[in-house]
Amino acid sequence: MEDWGIAIIKVVFIWVWTLLCATVMTWVERRGAGMIQDRLGPNRAGPFGLFQPLADGIKLFTKEDIVPANARKILFSLGPILFAIPAFSAYAVIPFGDKIVVGGKEILLQVADVNVGFLYVVAIGSMAVYGIVVGGWGSNNKYSILGGLRSTAQMISYEVPWGLALLAAVLVYGTFSLRQIALAQQGTFLGFLPNWGIFKQPLGFILFIVAAYAEANRVPFDLPEAESEIVAGYHTEYGSMRLGLYLFGEYVNLYTLSALMVTFYFGAWHLPYLDMSKFLGPISYGIASFIVFFLKVAFFLWLFVWVRWTVPRFRYDQLMNLGWKSLIPLALLNLFITALCIQITA
Amino acid sequence: MAQQCPNIPEVGDFVTINIGPSHPAMHGTLRVIAQTDGETILKADPEIGYLHRGVEKLGENLTYHQFIPLTDRLNYCSAITNNVSYEMAVEKLMGLEVPEKAQLIRMIMMELTRISDHIVCIGILGVDLGAFTPYFYLFIQREEIYEIFEWFNGSRLTTTFGRIGGVEADLPEDFEQRWEELKPNLRKAIDETDRLFTHNRIWMDRTIGTTAISPEDALNWGFTGPCLRAAGVKRDLRKDEPYGMYDKVNFEVPTGKHGDVFDRYIVRMIEMEESIKIIDQAFQMYKEMAPDAPLRAKVPKIIKPPEGEVYHAIESPNGELGFFVKSDGSDKPYRIKIRPPCYMIYQAFPELVQGEMIADLIACLSSLNIIAGELDR
Repeated sequence: MEDWGIAIIKVVFIWVWTLLCATVMTWVERRGAGMIQDRLGPNRAGPFGLFQPLADGIKLFTKEDIVPANARKILFSLGPILFAIPAFSAYAVIPFGDKIVVGGKEILLQVADVNVGFLYVVAIGSMAVYGIVVGGWGSNNKYSILGGLRSTAQMISYEVPWGLALLAAVLVYGTFSLRQIALAQQGTFLGFLPNWGIFKQPLGFILFIVAAYAEANRVPFDLPEAESEIVAGYHTEYGSMRLGLYLFGEYVNLYTLSALMVTFYFGAWHLPYLDMSKFLGPISYGIASFIVFFLKVAFFLWLFVWVRWTVPRFRYDQLMNLGWKSLIPLALLNLFITALCIQITA
Repeated sequence: MAQQCPNIPEVGDFVTINIGPSHPAMHGTLRVIAQTDGETILKADPEIGYLHRGVEKLGENLTYHQFIPLTDRLNYCSAITNNVSYEMAVEKLMGLEVPEKAQLIRMIMMELTRISDHIVCIGILGVDLGAFTPYFYLFIQREEIYEIFEWFNGSRLTTTFGRIGGVEADLPEDFEQRWEELKPNLRKAIDETDRLFTHNRIWMDRTIGTTAISPEDALNWGFTGPCLRAAGVKRDLRKDEPYGMYDKVNFEVPTGKHGDVFDRYIVRMIEMEESIKIIDQAFQMYKEMAPDAPLRAKVPKIIKPPEGEVYHAIESPNGELGFFVKSDGSDKPYRIKIRPPCYMIYQAFPELVQGEMIADLIACLSSLNIIAGELDR
């Protein structure tokens, strides 16, 4: 059992770190959009506009908090909270590095190494939909309700392939603990490939990433907030920091999903063909593993931005068709093949 | 029509959604009251008139020249075409012969307008379907086209181009240089849009078969322009009833097959390419003209057309844009009636979107390129 002190430091660290990343992500998104679209993006506040998220935060905090007259006040207030809490708590079981040895003490770079971490992530991940539905319903606005309905259908449909894809990966690793999964990706596979999940589960990874975009309500699955159709979807009536929580929660979700992708499919903190722990000291190894992990996460965060500014969005029925007629059968097939392979090789 | 909803009960568990007049996807101030069953539209009821400014009535109190600025505000995406259309109607009424050089300048400017109008339509269609990036690629080039307008007559959007009997000024000296600079960039932007959209699986899923219309229906509803050509009817006033110098240039009239959103999009894409070719040819002819060739027919200071009435239509980017002008011999028109292409196209809108989904309603509206200024006048 670790010290309470260390545990609290880790909690605070990862909380602040996630917040920071989410904040910077809003900047990356807008500057990235500018880069992709041949324009500048926000560049007035601070160097390269880096303080823009700060300015936005201050703006959101100081704006008047308006609750529409006909909204259901309790549900209306509950929505953003229900959305933000799961977003922030999902990261608890995901590692952010290997381990660091300080003063003879081995500290795992993970808030809690729960042996059912996988189940925890899936369970918490499916909580986010409540925030959207409750917010959309409580707003008492037709566009909001439409957005809420869309997101309910979408997130529930895509949780199935999402979970099934992860389940196949769990079969491969033989453990529910995310730390064990990360550790299992050391070394090489078939002699020449890095021992990463993507090479063992290529189809699983594709299914996971598609479903992850849908879970995060990102383009091409941003139907719940499709601004040209239903104004702003579930957060049409929201303003000030309530809106801020929704927007923020979305970026925190992105961070969590990217971290999951890295943990499950991209070798967590491992570099291909290179064992960092062999030639780095205990402290520098800990820091290096954190940096490697974060760089991989940063790539997937960037991918979210990249995709957002590249493709159009699906229509509601097409989204459902893709989910139920393509992704779920494929995910089941993937699970079946994986199980078969494991049965044969075992 | 995609799916028909045979029996719509009068009352039921449906939701009436009010889209517009202030809504991100309602271009200008359009309003649609849609009765929906979940996401499916059972009935769409467009309400027009939010941008009605009484342009036609105003025209009766203005002199013939004073009316030109008002035509800017019809289809504000292609003001020059409106200006020229009106001028040509008055010229026809007066029996004026416009000098060739002026006609060429008009043609060059009108084709530039066509490109910029199609850019707006395609860019916004992309935005409405969730793809933002091509909008910017195209709009950067549109900005360059507007630079040309601005430097020709001092304003970008509301150009008040031309005069009755000709044009007010010659093309500036460095037009050729500007056009040669713009052309490759324009082609590149069109090409980039093409690569981002045309064969994009999501784009194709969203647009192919959406709000399709048969050629017969399109003709019966009075469709003109790209929307009619998308349905497969090869009608283009520039070819069929050539005005100006359009009979002296070579260009193709693209047509679609199904009249769906995709065909409307692709017809506009090809038309932009054809417009570039027209400008090239027109400019070639322009260069062969004498530098001091007249720019304006001989017109009196006060324009007083003889008594009579005339209708003249040209192929505006959106379709047939016609002006009916009736003169009582005074310096002000007795009556002006405008035939905007949008008005006829928008009639079919409820039938087009019936049974489609809300997202298709937005896509349909963008692809028809309904411009409130022209619709409501």
